Amino acid sequence: MTTETAPPAKKEEEEKRESFFSLFLQNLWSANTVTVTILSIFLALVIGAVLIVVSDSQVLSYFSYFTSRPSDALNASWDLISQAYGDLFKGAIFDPAAVQAWFDGTGTWQAAFGPISETLTYAAPLVFTGLSVAIAFRGGLFNIGGQGQAVIGCITGGVVGFAVGLPVGLHLLVALIAGFLGGALWGFLPGLLKARTGAHEVITTIMLNYIATLFLSWLILQNGVRDPERTDAISKTIESSAQLPALPSPLRVHLGIVLAVVATAVVAWLLNKSPFGFELRAVGVNPPAAKTAGMSVAKTYTLLMVIAGGLAGLGGAVQVLGTADKLTAQVAGNIGFDGLLVALLGRNKPWGTLLAAILYGALRAGGNLMQVDAGVSLELVTVLQALIVIFIAAPALVKAIFQLRAARSARLGATMAKGW
Amino acid sequence: MANDHIDITVEPGEVHALLGENGAGKSTLMNQLYGLLQPDEGEILVDGEKKVFRSPRDAIAAGIGMVHQHFMLVPVFTVAENIALGAEEVRGGPLGFLDRRRNRRDVLETSKKYGLPVDPDALIENLPVGAQQRVEIVKALTRDVDLLILDEPTAVLTPQETDELLAVMRSLAESGKSIVFITHKLREVKAIADRITVIRRGRTVGTATPDTSEDELAALMVGRDVSLEVAKGPAEPGREVLKISGLIVEDDRGVRAVDAVDLTVRAGEVLGIAGVQGNGQTELVEAIMGLRPVRAGTIELEDDSLIGRSTKQVLRSGVGYVPEDRSLDGVVKDFSVAENLVLDMYDREPYGSAFRLNPKAIAVNAAERVEQFDIRVSSPQSAVGTLSGGNQQKVVVAREMSRPLRLFIASQPTRGVDVGSIEFIHKQIIHERDNGTAVLVVSSELDEVVGLADRIAVMYRGRVLAVVSPDTPREEIGLLMAGITGTQEAEDDQ
Repeated sequence: MTTETAPPAKKEEEEKRESFFSLFLQNLWSANTVTVTILSIFLALVIGAVLIVVSDSQVLSYFSYFTSRPSDALNASWDLISQAYGDLFKGAIFDPAAVQAWFDGTGTWQAAFGPISETLTYAAPLVFTGLSVAIAFRGGLFNIGGQGQAVIGCITGGVVGFAVGLPVGLHLLVALIAGFLGGALWGFLPGLLKARTGAHEVITTIMLNYIATLFLSWLILQNGVRDPERTDAISKTIESSAQLPALPSPLRVHLGIVLAVVATAVVAWLLNKSPFGFELRAVGVNPPAAKTAGMSVAKTYTLLMVIAGGLAGLGGAVQVLGTADKLTAQVAGNIGFDGLLVALLGRNKPWGTLLAAILYGALRAGGNLMQVDAGVSLELVTVLQALIVIFIAAPALVKAIFQLRAARSARLGATMAKGW
Repeated sequence: MANDHIDITVEPGEVHALLGENGAGKSTLMNQLYGLLQPDEGEILVDGEKKVFRSPRDAIAAGIGMVHQHFMLVPVFTVAENIALGAEEVRGGPLGFLDRRRNRRDVLETSKKYGLPVDPDALIENLPVGAQQRVEIVKALTRDVDLLILDEPTAVLTPQETDELLAVMRSLAESGKSIVFITHKLREVKAIADRITVIRRGRTVGTATPDTSEDELAALMVGRDVSLEVAKGPAEPGREVLKISGLIVEDDRGVRAVDAVDLTVRAGEVLGIAGVQGNGQTELVEAIMGLRPVRAGTIELEDDSLIGRSTKQVLRSGVGYVPEDRSLDGVVKDFSVAENLVLDMYDREPYGSAFRLNPKAIAVNAAERVEQFDIRVSSPQSAVGTLSGGNQQKVVVAREMSRPLRLFIASQPTRGVDVGSIEFIHKQIIHERDNGTAVLVVSSELDEVVGLADRIAVMYRGRVLAVVSPDTPREEIGLLMAGITGTQEAEDDQ
């Protein structure tokens, strides 16, 4: 503290202010979860930048005469990186040119909102699968089965969407409920096995993932499901009465993101404000104490997996009823497994998971533009996502790189790793 | 800071008792001496020579051995293998064979030399605790130590085994070894120690000789006058509240842990269960609480059978339960004090209903209990894990006493609890008794059982050998705890 120069009268006050300020800085630079998360994203982008340069043969060729004219290589690298990351931003949040055109009257508002619409479209199912993993983890269960539960949700939601005739409104509601119930059943099985026999949910949910995925591949080839007018493996189209209402084309964002926010609020309430949440949190951190206090650990595990499965199933249904309109073998994409990473990034907190899902959606949406415009492969986005997760799973690494002070209260254990 | 400028000198051939409450810094001090922790300041002199211990290996080389409170033995290894562990004799170069025969011979030699009988071929897991401890001592002695540190060695022993250990310590001291004896039991200190150092909050607060009175020693430990006697009036036993007959319960391995037990607890009396840990007390209590299935027999709470009831139903029928393992079964450490105080009532009015919790009622309850039970905590929202053992235990006791009770069961109610909190918790238990609750206290500390109980049931190998009055001579209860009844030896059913 260099307050010697201050007049003695003011000294005390100044010291106090400075200590408040430095305390603020200290806290900002301490290893709390927010700081670590942001720095992890930053680190991932730095490594991503190196990969962008290394994977571009044109830019790489400038490096062959780096010693004689370093500026060529550096400029080319900088141009490529800034273009790639610029595209990532423009594709995910907004493109200044399109917004300018809209204000000038030369462009449409759809073009201005296109990027954010894409981001939210990709994010919506991830919110559900992320919440599924997060709530299970808070109850001490490691739900690897989000993928299978989402696939079953796609199937039940989708089949109700094209095979059942119901009035507008009701049809959508029933299709969503079917998606929830399908996923819930797929969560109930491992939950029951865990509660009754102690079978580890990691093993059982992984196995159920295979069953669900292969069941979907088989199902779309069956008569009554398969589209008779097509030769490839694809189902009938979901009726418009069962589709999630969306903004006018070419915008793709649909009601799913609103449902995702509602689901987040419900999960947050369930965790923190309800007796069941109290039970599941107690069972999650100390099952023997929960049992001694009269809670039923078996019942909690089963019900928890039903809810977690239902959430993932809803994610699948939202994917089918909102973004895709037919069942294909790949309809669920990777939303279940991405849900694991989203939950980790969101620290297993409901609102954190929502934000993480939006970040993942943004990376995905921006990656599309990056691939088209800057010629950087979409796989780079996957690499970025993976790097972010690695840094978050190893907070000690981030702390060491940035010399962060230990936070006073934040528990920075590798949260997910402890689950095994 | 766990240790704050402590000075301690141990003479050759001396039994030096280190006395202090849990958390006073005794173990921290000894872990520095054994190389497990490094001091920030100060030095260790062995025979006048300054030493730095970076690991236990250094300490052992300097002639210091330690027997830990929790034994450091591999259960599936034999005694000889355990003793060799870390100092294996190898034949034929560094990649050679273990010299088992030589190991075995070393063990027998040491065992004979110091009069500590151990069977080198027995598996550790088959040995009783007292014998395991002997193995630990032999292990230290085979390393040729001059100073032996014993960390709370009597916590797991019967009174008879304790006497044996004290005799061994005496003979070791006579053969020139120095012994540091860490404990918080005043009786043992007075019986064996040549000198006593009392530690409180990381500082040496005094040295004493064995003729100091127990009350004076306790006052030194705690820093104020404490009453070691539990003040209570005569009990006024009423109707039978808990009635157990012919109860048979199995432990986790399927071995019969409670074997045809009959017990009754009346309203307004404390029934104490004495016994060395692991003689079926845990299983008995868990069976009452619905935490463990019952093989045969009946458990009745005022004509209501408790067999087949869930733990929640048992708790709801007016039973309060303080489990023996506080950190595992008693509290959820990540939860706040307020949440822990409603851990078994969160879904009942006024704390919550089927679908929502009432944070306001939970907070009001927390404020009241913290005040009433003198729980030292900065805020009821702090995590219980940040509290001291004594305060954590007060949280459990407060929770279990905060509803109308017919039966109160406390297992090891003051284990790992400081003397000040022990006094408080004992008072609360007697207060509950005087309100007409039937109280069942299980403790492996005989002093505690004798102090609290109006009647004492002694358990040995799953059976209640006798129900005696607390005025019975301690020796007699001690013999019962070892399975020796007045008339004949207990059947030898190994």
